[in-house]
Parts: sequence; structure tokens; C-alpha cells
Amino acid sequence: MNKYVAVIKNIDKTFVTKKGQAIHALQNVSLKIKNNDFVCLVGPSGCGKSTLLRIIAGLEQASTGTVVFRGQPVTKPDKRLGMIFQEYSLLPWRTVADNVALGLEFAGKPISERREVSKKFLDLVGLTDFATSYPYELSGGMRQRVAIARALANDPDVLLMDEPFGALDAHTRILLQRELLRIWEGNRKTIVFVTHSVDEAVYLADRIIVMSKSPGRIRDIININMPRPRNRANPLYGQLSARILDMLEEEVAQLSTVAIVKGL
Amino acid sequence: MNLKSLYKFAIIMVVPLFLFSLWWYVAVQIKNPVILPNVEDVIELLSNPTNNLISMGSLASNIIVSLVRVIVGYCLAALIAIPMGILMGYYSLVHNLLNNFIGLFRPIPPLAWVPLVLAWFGVSSLATLTGIEHGQWYIYLNNIKLSMIFIIFIGAFFPILTSSIYGVQSVNKTLLDSALVLGAKSSEVFGKILLPAAAPSIINGMRTGLGVAWMCLVAAEMLPGSLSGVGYLITHAYTIARTDIVIAGMISIGLVGALLDYLFRFIENKKFSWQHLAR
Repeated sequence: MNKYVAVIKNIDKTFVTKKGQAIHALQNVSLKIKNNDFVCLVGPSGCGKSTLLRIIAGLEQASTGTVVFRGQPVTKPDKRLGMIFQEYSLLPWRTVADNVALGLEFAGKPISERREVSKKFLDLVGLTDFATSYPYELSGGMRQRVAIARALANDPDVLLMDEPFGALDAHTRILLQRELLRIWEGNRKTIVFVTHSVDEAVYLADRIIVMSKSPGRIRDIININMPRPRNRANPLYGQLSARILDMLEEEVAQLSTVAIVKGL
Repeated sequence: MNLKSLYKFAIIMVVPLFLFSLWWYVAVQIKNPVILPNVEDVIELLSNPTNNLISMGSLASNIIVSLVRVIVGYCLAALIAIPMGILMGYYSLVHNLLNNFIGLFRPIPPLAWVPLVLAWFGVSSLATLTGIEHGQWYIYLNNIKLSMIFIIFIGAFFPILTSSIYGVQSVNKTLLDSALVLGAKSSEVFGKILLPAAAPSIINGMRTGLGVAWMCLVAAEMLPGSLSGVGYLITHAYTIARTDIVIAGMISIGLVGALLDYLFRFIENKKFSWQHLAR
């Protein structure tokens, strides 16, 4: 079997805004994602990391370049490429259990199987008792757990996560990071995780891809060999975080210099 | 708890009771039933809705005739406006194609259509359309003039169309994306995500549309060829100076309209409570 589950090659993406302005979002991004890898994409906001994730998911098309997933170019969404969004992705008119079973319903699975699978994954994320609740009855953290359960119930090969904990408070965020690692250790799905939090990336990832802004490029790739669960008090943890933060700071500083020169 | 609901009831009743007393007092003072009939006379009319009035049938039968007319025109409007609104909300091409054009018609009040509608349809009715010329069905169908249906249609059409467009356009894109990545086909995205997500807005437009359709009724029933309905009852009672019937008819229109509105609100609360609770 191929070592790489997805190969991203020379991706370029240019948007045209409503005002007719062309924005160069991604420039020559190439990346190979290994099986069972936990990759985090970090970068200043607006560096195109979410766009890259959406291109991998098949929700958007690259202007040039290709994403090859298991030997096939990605041109449209594929249920083997699961995705978790920052928020508001649950259907508010469906119960938690019916939300989790959504992918199975699209696959035409019978109701008995849907029930069974949705129960299994609600157990996994610790929400067994909330099967008949509605999303609006849950906290933000619980809703993201449901979103994770829903993505996993579809049994994807790769889990693409777009700042999934970005809207949560600091404490819930740390709890869910731990939860995610526990689940990942159990099933070892390949995860591509977009975040703007350096701490989150260092806590979770095998590899951190640091992106630069305007246009988005890969600036550096950092392998993290610390054993999990990682201790935030570990000096190595702090050094790594500081190193990445320095890179991001440079990015932002460069941009503001550019802005000053341009008189913005 | 019981005391609380009693208190709430009392609060609700304050303004109506005050107005009723005022009406009662003024009516007794001016002693002219053409200007302001006695409260008792109107209540008498309303509490016997099946009595025959000024040889025009009873209040109840006229309300039913009116209801049927409104429902026919309204259903026609809903049948056209909802699919059209969904298409316009979903495809920007259809939206660009139609929106400005439709925008020209939106501000025209239904009443302004009357002359044109008369020129087009005259006194032809559903009976003319179906070719039935005799019997009981003729009497029923002939009561439903095409001109009336058109006026009611115009009244209901725009609120339903506008909120259908808005409902589809304001569906959260993340919901559609998350269905796509879970493997939904486009028909499933449409039927299981887009429609249910837009439904509260569509239902809300249907409620507004029904209200407007009901309000257009009197205008529609003033058209030539009309011989029944509450709107006609009111205009006819006015020509023979029966103000008590006019007021009884107005109150009936208000009550039925409020009841229809309540029905829709009930459905909204039952089926779409998630809309207000969703964060």
C-alpha cells in the first residue's frame, strides 16, 4: 500500500472578490500526507489554510495543481474525506442521533444499522445520554463532539478539521483536544487539522506545517517527536511553541511593513 | 399559577372591554344606528351566524363562500410562488433573470389591478372555465369568479415569493458543505438540507401571504358579478344603511383572519421551534 494517502501538488488558488479584485490565496503549495499522520496547518489568519483544506475536501477547486487521494484526483467531495467545520454544521431540526447517522442515511443504510452506528459513536464521544436531544440544547463543546461523531460514523480515511475548536472557550478546548487524541489513538485516522493556535498544534500534531501569508505558501515543516500525552510544562514544548510563534510574528511584521510602505 | 393566568387574562381584556364600553356609551348617546349601532344588535347578529340576513344568506354561509375563494386564490399563489422562490433563491441566474422584473410588480397594490382584471376576465368564473352550466355545482363554481381569484392571488403571491427566496438564500452554507462531505447527492442536499432549512421562512411567508389574501377579499368581492361573501355582505349592507351588519361582517373578517394566523403560528411553533432556539 502507498505510504501517502493524499498528495497535494503545486496548488495555486486565485479568488476574484465581488468588487472584481483578484486575491492570490495560495501559491505553489505541495504537501504529502502519510497514512495515520496527524498534520496541523498553522498560519496567520487569511493565509489560505482553510482554503487549502476545502480544496483537499473537494469543496473548492484549485486554480492550478492537483490533489491526489489514493491515486485519484479529487474533483468533488468524497465521503472518504470527512470534514469537521468550526461551527453550525449540525442540522438544527434533527436530533443528535439523527445528525450522527446523516452520512449513513445518504449511503442508503437501513434504520437499524443507522441507530446502532450512531449509538456506538455517541458512546465514543461520551454523549450517550443526549441521543434524543436537539443541537440547540447542547453546549458548543458538546456540539463539536457530535460533529466529530458524525464524521467518524461515516468511516472516512482522512479527517479534515477546519479550526474545529476555534469557537470554544479555553478550558473546553483543552478537554476536546485530549478527547480527540484519545479517539485518534483508538482508530488512527489520518487527520489534517487547521488551527491558528500554535499551542493547539504543538499539543496535537506529528507534523506542523507553518504557512505564510499573501499569498499562502508553506514556510516550514516541523516534525514533533514528543511522546503523547504531551506536557505543556515540558521545556521542549515551550521551545517549539516559541519557535513557531516567532515565525508567525515575522510573517505579521512583514505584512505590516508592507502595509506601512504602501501607506495603508 | 391560577392567579397568574387570571391576571394575564385580565390584562388582555382591559383594552377590548374599554373600547366596548366606549362604543356602548357613544351608541346610546347618539341614538342613530346608521352611524353607530348598539353593541347588543351586533352581538345579536354575531351570536346567530346562521340566521338569514337581508335575503343574502347567513353570516356563516357568506364566510364559507369567502373562505373558499381565498383558499383557491391562495393555494394557486403558493403553488407558483414557492417553487419559483426556491429556484430564484438557489440559482443566481434565475434570480437575476426575474428579480428586477418582479420587483416592478411588487409595489402595485392588488386593488390597482381591478380594472385590468375586469377587462381580462369580466364575470367569468370557475364554472365558465370548467364548462359546467347547470345544477348545484354550477352555483358553487359560479360563485368563484376568476377576477376575485386573481386579486387574491396577487395579494398572496409576493409575500410568499419574497420569503421563499430569502429562506433559500439564507441557508447556512456550512450545512450544505457538511452534507456534501458526508456523501450526499445533490437531490439529497436539496430535499434533506436546503428545503427543511428554508422551511421556517417559507412558512412564515405563507402566513403573511394568507393574511394579505384575506385582506384582499373585500376588494375582490366588490367586483361586479359578486353576489355573496362577507366582503359583498358588507358593501351591500352599507347601501341599505345596515351598519350593524357592516360591523358584524368586519368583526367576522377580523376573527377568521386571526384564526387563520393562529393556525399557522401553531404549525410554526410545533414544527419549527428549532428556528428560534438554534444558536
